[in-house]
Amino acid sequence: MKTTNAKTMHPLLRKFGPLLGCIVFYVVIMLLRKADIINGYYMQVMLFAGVNVLMTASLNLVNGFTGQFCIGHAGFMSLGAYGAAVITTMVFKSNSIPEAAQIPVFLLGLLCGGIVAAIVGALIGIPSLKLKGDYLAIVTLAFGEIVRALLRLIQPIGGARGMIGIPNYANFFWIMLFVVLTLWLLRNLIYSSYGRAFIAIRDNEIAADAMGINTTKYKIMSFCIAAFIAGVAGGLYAHVLSFIQPDSFGFVKSADYLVYLYAGGSGSLTGSVVGAVLLTILPEVLRFLATWRLVLYAIILIAVMLYRSEGLIGGKEVPFLRIKRSSLYEQPLFGRKKNGLSEE
Amino acid sequence: MKKILRILCLALCVIMAVSVCACGPSEKKGSVETIKIGLAFPMSGMAAMAGKYSTHGADVLKEELGGKITVGDKEYPIEFVVMDTEGSEEKTANVYQKLIEEEKVIAIAGPDSSKCMLAAAPIAQNAKCPAITSFGTNTAVTEVGDYIFRACFIDPFQGAVAAAYCDGQGHKTACIMFNNADAYSVGLKDAFVENYNGEVLAIEEYSGSDVKDYNVQLTKLAAQNPDVLLLPNLNVELGLQIQQARTAGLNCQIVCGDSADTPDVAKVAGPAIEGVAYVSAFSAESTDEAAKKFVDAYVELHPDELPNSNAELTYEAVKMIVWAIQNAKTLDRAGVRDALAAIDGLDLPSGKMTMDPETRNPIKGGIIMQYDADGITRYVSTVNP
Repeated sequence: MKTTNAKTMHPLLRKFGPLLGCIVFYVVIMLLRKADIINGYYMQVMLFAGVNVLMTASLNLVNGFTGQFCIGHAGFMSLGAYGAAVITTMVFKSNSIPEAAQIPVFLLGLLCGGIVAAIVGALIGIPSLKLKGDYLAIVTLAFGEIVRALLRLIQPIGGARGMIGIPNYANFFWIMLFVVLTLWLLRNLIYSSYGRAFIAIRDNEIAADAMGINTTKYKIMSFCIAAFIAGVAGGLYAHVLSFIQPDSFGFVKSADYLVYLYAGGSGSLTGSVVGAVLLTILPEVLRFLATWRLVLYAIILIAVMLYRSEGLIGGKEVPFLRIKRSSLYEQPLFGRKKNGLSEE
Repeated sequence: MKKILRILCLALCVIMAVSVCACGPSEKKGSVETIKIGLAFPMSGMAAMAGKYSTHGADVLKEELGGKITVGDKEYPIEFVVMDTEGSEEKTANVYQKLIEEEKVIAIAGPDSSKCMLAAAPIAQNAKCPAITSFGTNTAVTEVGDYIFRACFIDPFQGAVAAAYCDGQGHKTACIMFNNADAYSVGLKDAFVENYNGEVLAIEEYSGSDVKDYNVQLTKLAAQNPDVLLLPNLNVELGLQIQQARTAGLNCQIVCGDSADTPDVAKVAGPAIEGVAYVSAFSAESTDEAAKKFVDAYVELHPDELPNSNAELTYEAVKMIVWAIQNAKTLDRAGVRDALAAIDGLDLPSGKMTMDPETRNPIKGGIIMQYDADGITRYVSTVNP
């Protein structure tokens, strides 16, 4: 009895182990918060780290898995942030609704933010992704600036002065839930035939085309999904900070996510998590260095890129995010050639 | 390769370990507890210059205090905890959390920009920790809650300063031309009309910065022959307006808001700029006693530079906190808040300051500056409305 029990438990544990781990992690964090070992400062850094994980993972889908180059990802984030904030703060006046209705309104806001970002993603993706090459980079760069300029002009949502009084609904539970949900979704997506198509496009677009993959369709699909997740992440960001303004979603922010992505390892979901979490926490940890803080931060980044050009976790995944085909991973541009994989 | 990587990882671990130790609760079991004041300013990033001036301004007060503060008849060591906001809302929110939760500061001065303050203010309000923004002019900042103050005056307040100056100069009649599409312009005009004791003869308006010809309005105003012409408009418009006003025969005193404080205005206006006065927050040339003392102390500490408005406002913000600590009924955050709201006639470099307990905006003096014939600005007087 015991042995069979153990044997049947094993795959179950394998399946639900990660979920169990997440729940345990959440409970431990909440207990530590109750005991005041983790104070509001640590919580807040964790919230931002969670939002950054969402942004980096979604960027990874476009840049890391589909091989396109999006450098205006903060634009989608701002659309999502404003979309969600308009729903929760202006449509349903957040202060005047009963407490029970707050969560549905919050989720509706996030959904709307995501949908707005995805629709705009499709609008700019369709013309630019039909072409082969780096056109997407230029278009997304311009897109980020256009969104920023437009948001500055729309007075009802605060214009350049920004939007204030957004309720801070996004607590640790919601951020953690969305991070887990997104990672699970992305992992299954990359596992699926869609994911294989994305990776085929990344590895060789012409060959993928020749094999009958509708490259334009899959590129737009990947781009829209990434935009949706970025929109949701933006919505969460707005409800953490409770204040948003167009200028905070500028090119610098987009560049931040590119750094998180490539430092963590593009083409690896684990890399996105590690990159985003580590690089969100690192500047805070280095605060004791005062003015030398950002110098050391930059040196660490340079060192990582020099000695691990594929990123910290590049080409690797933790077991529950792993896809069992080593060739799926991106070859490092300046790294060592792996033997036996480059056979034509 | 592997070796280097290993060394690198090790180095990273050491740094992390050291920093964790450094970040840990640093409760000193001393005889008297240290009073900490938080300073949140951009030390890096695009706004690093403003942050440098701000911390230098705070240095002056640090030097004055000499590391200790007397509350009642007890002496406490005082510490300024400076943290970098990078000029970003996210980082400012983190800094505020860290100052409040970990450093346990009694009050926070800074950051200087409205956008960072708007992100940080709800945190301070929820934690019931008094915070003073040095240069956050957006009216929404102090509306966040009763723990949020500001050291600078909000834009419309300049109108009150201009009105007090005109009254002081004995100008009996005034005319105004303003941009009805701009909040800055409208706010200044309203405050001027409300506070001016003389007679406003006529008000003319136009809309938008793309207007380049103001002759119709200015000719009408010239017919009134006023003592003062108020132009509470944006810097891109002022140059042409001043020039056209003189051509239209308005030879009276012209008064503007602080938007006139850019070299471009003088350049566009040409010789017409002579005698144009404007309201400003602070001038290093001020002859006021408190201002002189501050400037001298500042230059002694930082010989290569003169204090600007950032430095002066930060000094004032921290000075207000120090005064509040010394005059608080209870030595905690709530006590300091109540004392801040009760500030009445505190002597500061920009003049006497009284805190409006309702809006938590300061009521204080402004500086009147004037252009000379070469387009150089000169300090005229300090005005306390």
